[in-house]
Amino acid sequence: MARKDRLSGNEAVAEALRQINPDVMAAFPITPSTEIPQYFSKLVANGQVDSEFIPVESEHSAMSAVIGSQSAGARSVTATSSAGLALMWEELYLAASNRLPCVLTLVNRALSGPININCDHSDSMGARDAGWIQIYAENNQEVYDNLVMAYRIGEHKDVMLPVMICQDGFITSHAVENIELLEDKKVKDFVGEYEPENYLLNPECSMAVGPYSVSNYYFEAKRAQAEALKNAKQVTLDVAKEFAQISGREYGLFEEYKMDDAELAVVIIGSAAGTTKDAVDELRAQGKKVGLIKIRLFRPFPASEIAEALKGVKAVALMDRTESYNDNCGPIGAEVTTALYRAKSDCLSVNYVYGLGGRDVRVKDMIGIFNELEKIAESGEVTDPYRYMGVRE
Amino acid sequence: MKNCVEIRWHGRGGQGAKTAALLLADVAFKTGMYVQGFPEYGPERMGAPITAYNRISPHEIRVHSNIYEPDFVVVVDESLLDAIDVTEGLNPDGAILINTTKTKEEIEKCLNGYTGKVYTIDARKVSVACLGKYFPNTPMLAGIVKVSEVMDWDSFLSEMEASFKHKFSSKPEVIEGNMNALKMAYSEVK
Repeated sequence: MARKDRLSGNEAVAEALRQINPDVMAAFPITPSTEIPQYFSKLVANGQVDSEFIPVESEHSAMSAVIGSQSAGARSVTATSSAGLALMWEELYLAASNRLPCVLTLVNRALSGPININCDHSDSMGARDAGWIQIYAENNQEVYDNLVMAYRIGEHKDVMLPVMICQDGFITSHAVENIELLEDKKVKDFVGEYEPENYLLNPECSMAVGPYSVSNYYFEAKRAQAEALKNAKQVTLDVAKEFAQISGREYGLFEEYKMDDAELAVVIIGSAAGTTKDAVDELRAQGKKVGLIKIRLFRPFPASEIAEALKGVKAVALMDRTESYNDNCGPIGAEVTTALYRAKSDCLSVNYVYGLGGRDVRVKDMIGIFNELEKIAESGEVTDPYRYMGVRE
Repeated sequence: MKNCVEIRWHGRGGQGAKTAALLLADVAFKTGMYVQGFPEYGPERMGAPITAYNRISPHEIRVHSNIYEPDFVVVVDESLLDAIDVTEGLNPDGAILINTTKTKEEIEKCLNGYTGKVYTIDARKVSVACLGKYFPNTPMLAGIVKVSEVMDWDSFLSEMEASFKHKFSSKPEVIEGNMNALKMAYSEVK
């Protein structure tokens, strides 16, 4: 039987890792993800997992150790946040380009400066083009479920790519909420054994990992990598379908909330999606046709699918919890606007930057966004397409 | 009971306000409720003002913001009354519970004209009598459960006993003291 429990997001990650029982965790502590290696090292010490825990001296080393162990044929994991992810930068590209399906459980936190420990998405969004699969969660249940699915997606023979499982720092990582956990055996059977096609410690078939690639080969390697990432979309759907059979919880590439007849919509990622759902319900009670799209899979990006879901929508707000410093658009703004343009959509789009450094997002803030969308839909014009929500000016 | 009860805790770093909020979430979960228990993090240090929150609801909780219009406020350290507007946004149909030796009449003057119910408890007295040391969070937890009626008192006590037995399995001698603190706090809320 599934277990009803109450856990923080970080506890939920540790619980999923206990059930997955990876071969190796290498990690260096950084707020707000510190609890993950802390809880996991306790599981190792208590013999509840038979993983090798490698306490390293930096995140650069953590990701390097994960790359080393994953290359050797060991299912590997790390956890980090913010500056920790930044210190892994080069290794993120190495893990992806060497087609190593390791997992990074990221607890999203603002990147400096000024220094700040609270949530925004500047860390993972900065790494969005590193070649990793990125999956985001609204709450502790989703981060648990996403982690249980992660290795199945990354290790698939058509994919073979690393997976970043993201949740909002403090907002979900440190909030205790209800959660439904799967039985250990169900998770174990679902995740299965890691059987890489080839690996460094295979005496039958020696291989090189990370060799130099001349111009005559480099481009083809990158093209193959891009194709693998593209494949991750279908694999994510297939794995989710199988996961629904053991959990009863259904996941897609994104969640559509009250979108059927929606004329105004918000596209958002992470914990603020839950808050937005309450705003949608409040406005629906007033007879307004509003809805929400919550992106789950950000890399690869479900562009045509989102454009399709936005059919019939008059105005959409694209919510970015990061500043892109380009005076044009944030990551979600860029992706969705491109998708709409290619679909020849006449939906008006406006891009908001919000929630930086843990700036709180309230139901009334999101109602304010829908009110602004209403004005845009009525006037048929977007005067300032790159805006801010909740900042003092 | 209305849909979702929202509680805001004000304390100082080291007093256990966050722990109390997490314990309340824990025990409410065990009585079959949907819960949230979370702290608001700033630059943490001993003695700095901290805020923690609870949502307790018969329905799934989706909102992930802090709480601005709480039904109840708990003040674990009365010196915060000078520094923070603890009644800000507090529902006039709700209540505030303050850890103080002052009388209700004295303390009401420090509450910026809050018109709702005001309760006081001397958590130090309770804690020192039952535990021999000053841990204000256990009495405050019992106090807010009494004041908010967020759950049945007897189920609260039995769930707390189970929780203490688990938490203090290596030092069972402190369980009785903590249980006594809960019971004494119940009668000390004024």
